[in-house]
Amino acid sequence: MPKSNVKLMQGNEACVEGAIVAGMEFFAGYPITPSTEIAELSAAKLPKIGGKFIQMEDEIASISATIGASLTGKKSMTATSGPGFSLKQEGIGYAIMAEIPCVIVNVQRGGPSTGLPTAPAQGDIMQARWGTHGEHSIIALYPSTVKEIFYTTIKAFNLSEKYRTPVILLMDEVIGHMREKIEIPNKDEIEIYNRKEPTQAPSDYKPYEIKNGDIVPEMASFGKGYRYHVTGLVHDETGFPTSDHEVAEKLITRLVNKIEANKDDIVEYEEYRLEDADEAIIAYGATARSAKSAIDTLREEGRKIGLFRPITIWPVAEKQIEELAKRVRSITVVEMNLGQYFEVIDRIAGKHTKVVKYGRVNGELINPKEIIAFINNRRG
Amino acid sequence: MVHHELRLSGSGGQGLILAGIILAEAALYDGKNVVQSQSYGPEARGGASRSEVIISDNIINYPKVGKCDLLLALTESAYDKYIDSLKDGGTLILDTTVNKVPERKDIKVYTIPILDTASKKLGKAMVANIIALGSIQRLTNLVSKEALAKAVLNRVPRGTEELNKKALEEGFNLINNQKDRLYGEVC
Repeated sequence: MPKSNVKLMQGNEACVEGAIVAGMEFFAGYPITPSTEIAELSAAKLPKIGGKFIQMEDEIASISATIGASLTGKKSMTATSGPGFSLKQEGIGYAIMAEIPCVIVNVQRGGPSTGLPTAPAQGDIMQARWGTHGEHSIIALYPSTVKEIFYTTIKAFNLSEKYRTPVILLMDEVIGHMREKIEIPNKDEIEIYNRKEPTQAPSDYKPYEIKNGDIVPEMASFGKGYRYHVTGLVHDETGFPTSDHEVAEKLITRLVNKIEANKDDIVEYEEYRLEDADEAIIAYGATARSAKSAIDTLREEGRKIGLFRPITIWPVAEKQIEELAKRVRSITVVEMNLGQYFEVIDRIAGKHTKVVKYGRVNGELINPKEIIAFINNRRG
Repeated sequence: MVHHELRLSGSGGQGLILAGIILAEAALYDGKNVVQSQSYGPEARGGASRSEVIISDNIINYPKVGKCDLLLALTESAYDKYIDSLKDGGTLILDTTVNKVPERKDIKVYTIPILDTASKKLGKAMVANIIALGSIQRLTNLVSKEALAKAVLNRVPRGTEELNKKALEEGFNLINNQKDRLYGEVC
């Protein structure tokens, strides 16, 4: 018999467990398939640890409540699927602009619109990047196993606290709904990052002032005596709106650079059987699991093929992908859409190697045989 | 090296999703790698319902069951829908209430009274899923008896432990009288 902390767990459940370990104290949501279990389990678990769960009247209210709770110092999360993710974009932009940490889970399903409610799709890659308007950067993570959902959820909270930004956790229906083995670690084995709070008197506090050596401003919690203005308008260090062009340029550049300039800290990826590979597959989430199975078979047939799997989907692992492109003769991007991430990879890798896409949008997880057939046919 | 894919099928309400979870949990207790998934949406309500389990000594990458090694079919519509998804040489456990004789000659067929044993012998139709698990264990030895018993008791409602233990025994017994046809490695 294995240790008692080894469990059979559903992906959506692992997300909630990870969130609670990360310090989630608030969840507001409007349940939607295939993410519903995340709301359901948050409702069951949060009250027991002194947290709050609210089912809101819609998705915009959910993201707004999530942002509001975060401003009081509580780590907050909301979960949805494509149709709800569309609605939450307004709030995501607000959280980017006002620098409010929060985690938005999107367990994707077939789209557009209400699409295929119970079927997997990876169609929200670009929406995660550019769903909200205006110049911005974003952090989006994409786990591939139930165990990884647990750790990636913790990472999503940590990054959101560290960089004071909303972090998107993109998940696949296949993994959200399936159960597999997970070993829950002891809490002291897990690194938790908490936002830095101001130490000066409330009267001396400038909410958007960056102190020496810091990446982001210190964040006061509402209810602790600090009063300040929070706005989606361009604002200066005091938090009040301004239309000063110099302030605007400085602010937006800083918001983008705090993510783009810290890629080395944010970007995470896995390389599978790439050591001696002369061709590569790039895939993420559930599709990467199919790719691994395909690679194992292709290797038996003598092909030197491996997988590069981005776990951080945004920002892109540009440096690593360019390095990979220089040493393989082809990269096949496999995804459950018609080439959203392929376009990104092609821009980075296309000048060094041949980049091709294999995409499906039939509501089924791409299987290893399809990948093998595609790769074999392409060669011939 | 064990790598076994099972599809448990029947109608919504027969507890097949729970059965899949229990089987997966038992495999986990035995130290195996395991993935469990199930049908969602309209097909999970009333129509053909299914739960799928992969049990392996290896890491399981592709998590879906395509062609299965073992198919449990508790209803005729589940049988019709999934019989072609059974591998050559695979094992079919068919409830006796399913009025069909498989035409396929390449498979092993065990026709046993799972639903009747639950409703008539034990007086509780709801334990059919646990009887089925007992039969699957006895037939395949994919999971140990101890692990399965522990997994069952972990997941069934309080106060039904004795009933479920009996159901498991009945499941073993349904196969015991077909002893010469057992297969598989003891875990």
